[in-house]
Amino acid sequence: MTEISGQPVPKKQDNFDHIFYVLRANPVTLIAFGMFALLIFSAVFGPALVPYDPLATNASISLQAPSWEHWFGTDNVGRDVFSRVIVATRLDLSISVAAVALSFIVGSVLGCIAGYWGGWLDIVLNRFLDTIMAFPLFVLAMGIVAALGNTIENIIYATAIINMPFYARLVRAEVNIRRDAGFARAAKLAGNSDVRVLAMHIFPNALPPMMVQVSLNLGWAILNAAGLSFIGLGVSPPTAEWGIMVAEGANFIVSGEWWLAVFPGLWLMIAVFTFNLLGDGLRDIVDPRKRT
Amino acid sequence: MFATSPRLRATVLRVAQSIPVVIGVVIISFLLTRALPGDPAVYFAGVAANTESIEQTRVAMGLDKPLIHQFFVYVGNLLQGDLGQSLTSGRSVATDLAKRLPASLELTLTALILAIVIAVPLGVLAATRPGTWVDHLCRVIVTAGVSLPTFFTGILLIYIFYYLLGIAPSPLGRLDFIYLDPDHVTGFYLIDAALMGDWETWRGAAKQLILPATTLALFTLAPIARMTRAAMLTALSSDFIRTARAAGLSNRTILYRYAFRNALLPVVTTLGMVFSFTLGANVLVEKVFAWPGIGSYAVEALVVSDYAAVQGFVLAMALLFVALNLVIDLLYTAIDPRIGFSSK
Repeated sequence: MTEISGQPVPKKQDNFDHIFYVLRANPVTLIAFGMFALLIFSAVFGPALVPYDPLATNASISLQAPSWEHWFGTDNVGRDVFSRVIVATRLDLSISVAAVALSFIVGSVLGCIAGYWGGWLDIVLNRFLDTIMAFPLFVLAMGIVAALGNTIENIIYATAIINMPFYARLVRAEVNIRRDAGFARAAKLAGNSDVRVLAMHIFPNALPPMMVQVSLNLGWAILNAAGLSFIGLGVSPPTAEWGIMVAEGANFIVSGEWWLAVFPGLWLMIAVFTFNLLGDGLRDIVDPRKRT
Repeated sequence: MFATSPRLRATVLRVAQSIPVVIGVVIISFLLTRALPGDPAVYFAGVAANTESIEQTRVAMGLDKPLIHQFFVYVGNLLQGDLGQSLTSGRSVATDLAKRLPASLELTLTALILAIVIAVPLGVLAATRPGTWVDHLCRVIVTAGVSLPTFFTGILLIYIFYYLLGIAPSPLGRLDFIYLDPDHVTGFYLIDAALMGDWETWRGAAKQLILPATTLALFTLAPIARMTRAAMLTALSSDFIRTARAAGLSNRTILYRYAFRNALLPVVTTLGMVFSFTLGANVLVEKVFAWPGIGSYAVEALVVSDYAAVQGFVLAMALLFVALNLVIDLLYTAIDPRIGFSSK
C-alpha cells in the first residue's frame, strides 16, 4: 500500500530527472535554450541598447565594411547594419509569435469541436483543411496578402491561416482518441458540461505535443514572414526587418558588398535554427520515442 | 471490369478523390479575387475613372450580380482557360503563365532530381552506419537545411561562385544574352537545346541553371534525407530483415531488395509535403536569380498590384500541386502492391 501512495512524489522527481538527463545527454538542446534567451533579450532590450539609431542615415559613411565602429558595416545610406539587425529581432519575433498564437487558438478551438462532437462538423472541417493544404502554403500566403492588402497585420493573418491546419489536425486527433476515455466519462458523470470536460479534462492532454509543434512552427513562421517581406510584401522600407534587409542587400552582393545581406540573413538563419533545435529538444523531452 | 482489376479501381478512386479538392481550390481562389481591397470595379476601371465608367466596369465584369452568379461566371471562364487580363503585360494571364511555366518547371524538377539523388543515398548510408561521420553529416545537413532561408542561400551562393570565384555566370535569367534561345519544343531549354543538337547553348543553359537549382535542392533535400534515414532505420530493425539475415541472404540483397523497397513508401509520402515547400521556395529563388518563371511573374505583378495575375498564379500553382500529389499517390500504388487491395 505504501508503495502506491508514495508513487506520485517520485513520479514528479522522475520527470525533472528526465528533463535534466535529456539536457545533459543532449547539450545541443541546452545551447538552443541559451540562444533562445539571447533572442528574447535582444527583442526586449535590443532597441534600447544598440549603439546607433537604426533609421539614422549618414551619406558620408555609406557602404563601409565591418569595423570596430560598425561591427556589421554600414549600408548604402550609411545606416549601421548591426543596430538594424538587432532592432529587427523584435519585429520578426512579434510577427511570428502573433501568427503562431493565432493559429494555436483557432486551430485548438476548431480541432476540439471536430474531435469531440464529430459528425458533419468534422467532415466540413476536414474538407476545409484539405483545401488549405492543397495550396503550396507560401503561395497561398502570397495570395492572401495580395487580396487583403499589403500590411504587417495581413502578413500575420496569412501566416496564421497557413499554419492553422497543423494545429487543428493535431488537436482533433488528440481529442478524438480521448473522447470516450474513462476519465472523460467520469468527469461527465460528475455533472460537468461538455465544454467544461473538453476544456479542463481533455484538451490539456494535447498540450505537450502542441508545444513541440509551436516551437517547430515558430521557426517556420519567421522564415515565411521574412520570405514575404523579401518579395516586397508587408513590411515597407525603411523599417528594419531581416527579410527586407536581405532583399536590399541583394542588390549589392554582385559588386562585393556582402555584409549588407549576409548579416541579416545569418541572424534570420540563427533564429530559425534555434527554434528548430528547441523543437527537437522539446520532442525528446515530451516523447523520446519519436527521435529521428 | 473493376472487380477484376483492384489496382485500376484504386487508381480511379484516387483520381475521383481529387475532384472535391479542386472544387475547394477554385472556391478559395474565387473568394481571394473578390476580396480585393476596396471595390474591384474601382480598381479595374483604372485611375482616371469617373463614377460612370466605374459603373460600366461593374456591369461589364458582372460585379452587380449576386456573388453566387459571379462564381458560376468565374468557373465558366476558368473552364475556357480564361484567368483574366494582366494589367502590366496587357495579355491574358493564362497566356503569360503558360509561356513562363516551362522555366519554373525546369528549375523545380532539376532541383528535385538533384535533391533526391543526393538525399536518398545519404539517408540510406546514415541509417546503415549509425554513429559514423556519414550519420553526423546527415544530421547537420538536415537541421541546417530546413533552417536556411532559400533567398539567403541563393545570395550566398551568388557571392561565392559569381563574385569571389568567378566560375558561375551572372545570375540573370535562363540564358546569357550571347546565346540564342533554342527553338521552342517543350520550353525546357536543356531538352530543346539537346533536340537541336546545339551543345554550346545546352552548356550555357546548364551553367545558368546550376546555382538556382542547387539553392532549391539544398532546401529540399533536408526533409527527404531525414525521412529516408528514419524509414531505413525502421525497416532495418523489423522482423522480416532479421529473418532474411537468418536465412543467410547477402547484405546487398537485404539492403536493397528488402529494406530499401519498404523504406521507399514513407519517403514517397513525404514528397507531397516537400513539393509544397519547393513550389513556395521556387518563388523566392526565381526572384533572387531573376529567373523568368511564373514565380517572378507573380512577384512583379504583386509590386504593381496586378491582382488578376497574382490570383491566376495562385490558382495555377494550387492546381499544379494537386496534380503532383495525384501523380505521387499513383506512383505509390505502383510501388506498393498492397495498396490496390486494401482500398477496395
